[in-house]
Amino acid sequence: MENMKLKLRIWRQGGKFPQGKFVDYELDGVNDHMSFLEMLDVLNEKLINKKEDPIAFEHDCREGICGTCSLVINGYPHGPMQQTTACQLHMRHFRDGDTITIEPWRSRAFPIVKDLVVNRDSFDRIIQAGGFISVDTGQAQDGNAIPIEKDQASHAFDAATCIGCGACVAACPNASAMLFVGAKVSHLAQVPQGKVEADSRVQRMIAQHDAEGFGRCSNITACEAECPKGISVEHIARLNRQYIASTLGSEKVAN
Amino acid sequence: MPFQSNVPPGELSEKWKQYRSSMPLVAPNNKRRLEVIIVGTGLAGGAAAATFGELGYKVKVFTFHDSPRRAHSIAAQGGINAAKNYQNDGDSIYRLFYDTIKGGDYRSREANVHRLAEVSVNIIDQAVAQGVPFAREYGGLLSNRSFGGVQVSRTFYARGQTGQQLLLGAYQSLSRQISLGNVQLFNRHEMIDLVMEDGKARGIIARNLLTGETERHGAHAVVLGTGGYGNVFYLSTNAMNSNGSAAWRAVKQGAYMANPCFTQIHPTCIPVSGEYQSKLTLMSESLRNDGRVWVPKSQEDAAAIREGRKTGLDIAEQDRDYYLERRYPAFGNLVPRDVASRAAKTACDEGLGVSPTGLAVYLDFDAAIQRYGKSRAHSLNEYNADDLRIRELGVAVIEEKYGNLFEMYEKITGEDPYVMPMKIYPAVHYTMGGLWVDYNLQTNVPGLFAIGEANFSDHGANRLGASALMQGLADGYFVLPYTIGTYLSQEIRNPVVDPDGPAFRAAEAKSQERIDRLMNINGTKSAEAFHRELGKIMWEYCGMARNAEGLRKGRKMIRELRQEFWSNVYVPGRIKEYNPELEKALRVADFLELGELMMLDALDRNESCGGHFREEYQSEDGEALRRDDEYAYVSAWEWDDTEPVLHKEELIFENVELKTRSYK
Ligand SMILES: Cc1cc2nc3c(=O)[nH]c(=O)nc-3n(C[C@H](O)[C@H](O)[C@H](O)COP(=O)(O)OP(=O)(O)OC[C@H]3O[C@@H](n4cnc5c(N)ncnc54)[C@H](O)[C@@H]3O)c2cc1C
Ligand code: SF4
Ligand code: FES
Repeated sequence: MENMKLKLRIWRQGGKFPQGKFVDYELDGVNDHMSFLEMLDVLNEKLINKKEDPIAFEHDCREGICGTCSLVINGYPHGPMQQTTACQLHMRHFRDGDTITIEPWRSRAFPIVKDLVVNRDSFDRIIQAGGFISVDTGQAQDGNAIPIEKDQASHAFDAATCIGCGACVAACPNASAMLFVGAKVSHLAQVPQGKVEADSRVQRMIAQHDAEGFGRCSNITACEAECPKGISVEHIARLNRQYIASTLGSEKVAN
Repeated sequence: MPFQSNVPPGELSEKWKQYRSSMPLVAPNNKRRLEVIIVGTGLAGGAAAATFGELGYKVKVFTFHDSPRRAHSIAAQGGINAAKNYQNDGDSIYRLFYDTIKGGDYRSREANVHRLAEVSVNIIDQAVAQGVPFAREYGGLLSNRSFGGVQVSRTFYARGQTGQQLLLGAYQSLSRQISLGNVQLFNRHEMIDLVMEDGKARGIIARNLLTGETERHGAHAVVLGTGGYGNVFYLSTNAMNSNGSAAWRAVKQGAYMANPCFTQIHPTCIPVSGEYQSKLTLMSESLRNDGRVWVPKSQEDAAAIREGRKTGLDIAEQDRDYYLERRYPAFGNLVPRDVASRAAKTACDEGLGVSPTGLAVYLDFDAAIQRYGKSRAHSLNEYNADDLRIRELGVAVIEEKYGNLFEMYEKITGEDPYVMPMKIYPAVHYTMGGLWVDYNLQTNVPGLFAIGEANFSDHGANRLGASALMQGLADGYFVLPYTIGTYLSQEIRNPVVDPDGPAFRAAEAKSQERIDRLMNINGTKSAEAFHRELGKIMWEYCGMARNAEGLRKGRKMIRELRQEFWSNVYVPGRIKEYNPELEKALRVADFLELGELMMLDALDRNESCGGHFREEYQSEDGEALRRDDEYAYVSAWEWDDTEPVLHKEELIFENVELKTRSYK
């Protein structure tokens, strides 16, 4: 449809609204080929032309890979479509006259910067705590020295596709980031190069996760349902096994 | 300012080895005292920051992104080249070197390109050691595919997310250095100026994007790994926030901009759908391994498709023109990007385009689905498989290879590419031009280095697919960590750089004035609107085909638009707060100068080469006419508000013979 009219309820916070509140906007002339973010661009252009403060939302690649966009749309992180980031959502999935509610991720560990923008530095700190393999540039042996079974490489890849967006946290009633942590732990534990540090890695990453104020995982699995990359909760299970084994089997303490 | 390529003497294949064994070193105790600022955390900047940290330098790394992992490199899809010759198909370091020089239409520096080919093999080893899950064969060894412009299989890949996996590898190594305290991260910090002291780069002015405060940071050397400037065209495959400002700020301080008009227009992108379009999405070149490009032979069929009376499926085999296979039988659908893009434009100019706008051609996987289906059926001993079963098996193979790309296509267009052939059209994708650098990757400004897409170094007038990831990582992991030592070994006697000194204070004041000026214009048009207009001018007059008259006109239009911008832009919000509109306005202001320089450069180059196609210089059958006698040089521009000055670096080819590029 060429010309949809929408009602938008958008969370505004900062500037005129220090505590934050929903503000209603009407927008017409929305085309169904537009992406959701292009629809917001059109709204912002109108606000700027009226010399009003545009809505702050974050985005960059607009093709579902950078993990920057972070909108809760009608109650769903990244919107109602499965395995689709907000930037990949298109207006053809909405109808003329719809009311659309747009909010930021909500979690203690993701403080709001402005409107729909949150601060996700906590994710970086979790990776810094141990989400890596300790190898310096130039120390590597030949790339084909260790064959890795095709399926296993493929499973590691599935975990490695996490885009670090934080939708799993936004979806979780406990605001747990276990899917994010599980994906990295599982990726690295499934390649031979990453096995060496697997025990200390899981310990350190979980300690940091808790220190950042993310909640505990109670197996609700809302994270998997909302994850735009389809990261499976099996990775949390692998993380748990790794965690228990490392606690029982090792004298090393997470520090 | 000095302007020498500083290529070391000796045989081409020995230069880099000899350089490394004779370059001055910096002792570990001195490294701890030497500070390096790296701007950018993409493949180039991220790799460099991690490696410098490992080597013991004191590193400060800056990114305007909220996290280093979000650099635009994350979006690279298809793969990364390396001369491993794991496929035993005749690849070698020399062949990768030769393909890159030829693919770049003989407009790059031999010694740099050879070094790139040499270190390419180390990159794959490093990435595997970091845990990058590259695609593998059943035997557990690394898998390869082919990219355009070459006849070997040397591209390593991780499904359609190679850039993501390589960047996460670099990001994780960088994170480790941050946790060890060797690297200090300044995320959400944008470099808004370069600081010079005694003719050397000594630091940067950064804006904290959360608070809007300006900050002064000093160092013994400054490295820009800030990516390309394709967004000067407004619509491109680059991420929305990619911009040319860091490089442009350096140009304003005297750094030379090299070959700015060399832009890569990628042949396979999802076509524009309307005025509101904010960016274009790439469909990886790897698809041309299996996809066949075609348009209808007749204008009537094309018109029927455009008007929705027919679809691609209704056009019989004999009524289709697989024009790349017809015109370039030796390389077929895998001709280099510039050639494929121009051919698509030609087809659409002839009225054969297949989307409502008339600007699209087909990329068809049907033949590949049949071929793979039959082969899979055979390997499953299903000798009597019917057409449906073969299709099903074939689709599964295609899904395994390109699943995420097909999904992305479907999400954007609402059409299922397993059934309907994809519609594609060329779009701006990559900038071969960039800051001029010598063999050390140092710009003409002492102490200022440029790596990755931000420099001009290795791709000449056209980059081959899967070579940008290779170059970014080569620069960051394996080249700059050596070559910067040559400069820093001279700096050990300057123990500290004082960011409170007069040069820094003056630079900060200048930046603040610039921001104040922008905010105070209080006009009526958004920065976005100016950007969109600039993009249209660039695409029209400096896009896939250029001519002298258009370029002169385009230059004039940009100058007028720039004037209008500085008197009528409206930037909402305040300076000292999180203000994305202000960020945008600062970037658009720089694009409005860079765009003019691109027009000038294209005007100067009276030849067609690679991505630069001047209509006046073409053969009878429409192929590019290069003019080596007069234009075998790198154009290095010194900016000036009224008349930028051109410096030329002659390109000397001692190892390859300059030939007309032929893919026929
Ligand atoms: C869609 C797409 C697909 C691609 N696919 C491939 C492929 O398959 N193979 C291939 O080889 N190449 C591919 N390329 C090209 C390749 O991805 C890029 O050329 C390459 O990743 C650039 O890396 P970089 O490190 O130079 O810059 P980027 O990754 O762009 O990083 C730039 C960094 O600089 C920072 N920055 C910039 N300016 C400032 C500033 N003023 N202040 C602070 N920080 C700043 C940014 O925050 C960012 O961290 C693709 C490109 C696109 C657009
Ligand atoms: S696990 Fe999924 S939802 Fe969570 S950060 Fe990664 S991609 Fe986003
Ligand atoms: S903007 Fe990059 S994932 Fe949405």
